[in-house]
Amino acid sequence: MPLQHPIRKTMKTDMTVIDVEHVTFAYDKEVVLEDVNLKVQEKDFLAVIGPNGGGKSTLLKLILGINPIQQGSIKVFGKPPSKSLPYIGYVPQNTNINTDFPIKVIEVVLIGHVGGKRPLFGYGKDEIACAMGALEQVGMEAFAQSKIGALSGGQRQRVMIARALCAHPKILILDEPTSSIDITGQREIYELLKVLNKSITIIVVSHDISVILEYANKAVHVNRELSYHDISDKKKTFHTHNNKGHFCEIELLQMLGADGCGVCDTSTTSTGSMTDKTEVPEPLQTKWKENK
Amino acid sequence: MIEALSFDFVQHALLAGILVSFAAGIIGSLIVVNRMVFLAGGIAHTSYGGIGLAVYFGLPIFLGASLFAVGAALLIAVLTMKSRHRIDTFIGLIWAVGMAIGVIFVDLTPGYNVDLMSYLFGSILAVNTQDLYFMGGLLVMILLIITFGYRNILAVSYDSEYAALRGVNVRFYYTLTLILSALTVVVAIKVVGLILVIAMLTIPVYIAEKLSGSLLSMMFISGAVATFFTLIGLWFSYTYNLTSGASIILVSAVFLGIFLLLYRRK
Repeated sequence: MPLQHPIRKTMKTDMTVIDVEHVTFAYDKEVVLEDVNLKVQEKDFLAVIGPNGGGKSTLLKLILGINPIQQGSIKVFGKPPSKSLPYIGYVPQNTNINTDFPIKVIEVVLIGHVGGKRPLFGYGKDEIACAMGALEQVGMEAFAQSKIGALSGGQRQRVMIARALCAHPKILILDEPTSSIDITGQREIYELLKVLNKSITIIVVSHDISVILEYANKAVHVNRELSYHDISDKKKTFHTHNNKGHFCEIELLQMLGADGCGVCDTSTTSTGSMTDKTEVPEPLQTKWKENK
Repeated sequence: MIEALSFDFVQHALLAGILVSFAAGIIGSLIVVNRMVFLAGGIAHTSYGGIGLAVYFGLPIFLGASLFAVGAALLIAVLTMKSRHRIDTFIGLIWAVGMAIGVIFVDLTPGYNVDLMSYLFGSILAVNTQDLYFMGGLLVMILLIITFGYRNILAVSYDSEYAALRGVNVRFYYTLTLILSALTVVVAIKVVGLILVIAMLTIPVYIAEKLSGSLLSMMFISGAVATFFTLIGLWFSYTYNLTSGASIILVSAVFLGIFLLLYRRK
């Protein structure tokens, strides 16, 4: 299986936007991340996958400066995370909370503004114009005056992306952006991210492995340790067992998590590497066996 | 009814009712959207400790109750930030201890039998000019804070984690909301009493929530609805010689029932 090897420090660095070096993080005494290294290049579309509780969200929170750095270093555009907030747009995991909150879509997007000159009260005309621009980017400008609770899950997710775009970030980080959205909605979100990726770097944590890997050019598997894969040339990296050009999740996990690299300690079988059974629905497993 | 308006105490009562209802509508909206109703209930009951202390030391009741309630609000703010998962236990504790302190200090006060009922259920007909200044001052302060801090208050209330990422001082606004709640509860004690205050902070807000598209309109609709309930309640109380605080709350509850019936049918 022609899998490209994890890219180490030797690779030519055109523009490293996020540089994570030897980061170890523990909640109380439970180590969640151990000696994690990661370089994200400008305009990467990075997929972060791995089992629940494997440390994906923790890694994001370290990059965002929500969690304090305990060991190692993280640089975003050469600065510590707490100083680089204006460069990062963040779409949090659960956007279905507070849906009965009386707030209009435009007001949600306006929360995304950061720093800068602010009017004494209310919002500036330029801020509103900017927020409308962000809504146009995600195709939600017609809903600007709607109540946030009146939107569908997919629409709300677009609004959250607009909120993140409002601050003109250079990096967009999304935590499980499609976890509560139907299949069509998921595709639409990823198509949107693909367009945005032309100008900004995108990092997505996701369980929808088969979908995300079609869009991503880099992937990391996080389960306490981190393994890195350049998957920009997918035809070379993967071969599919069906003719749909769609990767079965089992194949992907096998290639990315198990025998694909020497960093991961999950070495036996593909199913053995998955601690989270919910990621692999039963039909997929049988399908895989048949294909084999 | 019209001739009643010529009495000073009736005019005071009406003015107090309007001022307090508006404050309660605005702050009640903040309390409800931030899911702090139980916290506000805790602060309301704790403030009785301040009333007891004020009676014992001969201080103005409003001053004692305000200081004590703000103290309780700060304590709750610190505790909720440190250990969020045990907060219901702490609030229950502060709630009861505050009331116990109040009862004991009233007991210790020589030769003075304060009318406990008037603080528990309100005494709007005993509002004096000083009380009105206090209420008016509070409402002005609330309006100023909402005017200048609206976008940050909205950001923190809707999504505090995201607000923090955008550089908003979440702890400051959280504490500010609790302190404003404490002060609003104290002025509302005069009108409906500390036991009934929670209904005044929530019933109008619940109706306003269904009618408004933004937090700002929710605040002002709540204020208007609360004022309406208070005036109807006072009229009821005056006409049938009933306790004013309880009348206001029951009028609110009946209107809430009617509103929900009409709203469901729609």
